[in-house]
Amino acid sequence: MQSFDYVSPKSADEVVALLAGKNGDARILSGGTDLLVQLREGRRQAKLVIDIKNIPELTQITFDSKNGLRIGAAASCHEICSDPNVIKYYPGLVDGIHLIGGVQIQSRASVGGNLCNASPAADSIPALIVHEAVCNITGPKGKRSIPVESFCVAPGRNAMQSGEFLTSVTVPAPQENFGASYLRFIPRNEMDIAVVGAGASVILDADRKRFVAVRISLGAVAPTPLLASPAGDFLSGKSVTHQNVKEAALRAQAIAKPITDLRGTAEHRKHLVAVLVERALDKAIERAGGKYAE
Amino acid sequence: MPNKTHVTATINGEEMEFLCEPRQSLLEVLRETLGLMGAKEGCNNGNCGACNVILDGALVNSCLVLAVEIQGRNITTIEGIASPNGLHALQQKFIEHAALQCGFCTPGFIVASKALLDNNPDPSEQEVRAWLAGNLCRCTGYDRIVKAVLDAADS
Repeated sequence: MQSFDYVSPKSADEVVALLAGKNGDARILSGGTDLLVQLREGRRQAKLVIDIKNIPELTQITFDSKNGLRIGAAASCHEICSDPNVIKYYPGLVDGIHLIGGVQIQSRASVGGNLCNASPAADSIPALIVHEAVCNITGPKGKRSIPVESFCVAPGRNAMQSGEFLTSVTVPAPQENFGASYLRFIPRNEMDIAVVGAGASVILDADRKRFVAVRISLGAVAPTPLLASPAGDFLSGKSVTHQNVKEAALRAQAIAKPITDLRGTAEHRKHLVAVLVERALDKAIERAGGKYAE
Repeated sequence: MPNKTHVTATINGEEMEFLCEPRQSLLEVLRETLGLMGAKEGCNNGNCGACNVILDGALVNSCLVLAVEIQGRNITTIEGIASPNGLHALQQKFIEHAALQCGFCTPGFIVASKALLDNNPDPSEQEVRAWLAGNLCRCTGYDRIVKAVLDAADS
């Protein structure tokens, strides 16, 4: 592997200073499951590797019922998926996050890293999108926040400027009659990259028979994970019926712009979008306590 | 040549010190500096599990950990699984079930299975299979490995 210096700062301010001093030659190390492979293969270069795992605010997971969930950018998938509040209030996030690699990868990989690597097929991102999660960024000009659906800008590229880094992801507090889910298609049982991923979240009315608000997200069918707004918006105010859910799935399918690659053809991916969106909505409705009208 | 860093860590219950470059993986240091050759380099990119070690109770691929990151941490490698009195039940059951052929992946499977049983002493077959999804074996077809782990859990 290429040579670099290693530093493990104790605060976010130190990270900002270190990034500013290296003028683009520094890389943030969280779990290392992408970065170390990229450095070893020469796909990314670094003169300085900044390990952020020893900064408490970057690894903590905190929750309260008013402000919601805050996931430190370096918290591991395992820590997130075994957090009692995440399990109880955000099962739709667990759906996506627990799919990232096997046990060994879960021990180390972070959701922050999954976001920053900006893969179109990243499993955590569609799940975060339907939860209206926000990326919190710190840099030389201070702090700013970007909705997750705007964070990825191209395959492998995110919206951060030089000198900025991701500190946390925040997820709003769970609302009444809310449910969310994520699922993907892979041609085997474990350890693969999504051919297509689909997320859905619903807020139902007090009777749980009508949609108040719906978000649908798609992975691996465009250069970045997508918020399929027209498909979700279609359901707002409509009754919880199979016909409406199928129509929303077809609208999501119309938004998908997949390519053909070694994991699947564009045609197959298009087909999968409709199937997976319908299933994701089913699960989100079930978690929200909703029932289909016959 | 970058400066070498001095690292102290507990490896298989023993405090060890070594010098390493920041770019060196834990796997590289275990094998080439510390002479612990049990962890294997298979893919060197986190797919095969042959280099598995337990880091503060968590199963990790040592090829994806920098050696400088383990300052003050606790590591168990395959060399730390057996006791002075004999083989660990997992090792014994791997032999009894012939759960290996070439053996290259075996240290990783044993360490991964140890982490499973530490975490879940009575796993179902499905739980064993899901847990071991990050370990690749090109010889056995996995059935014998899964049977050996289930048998070790029972014993």
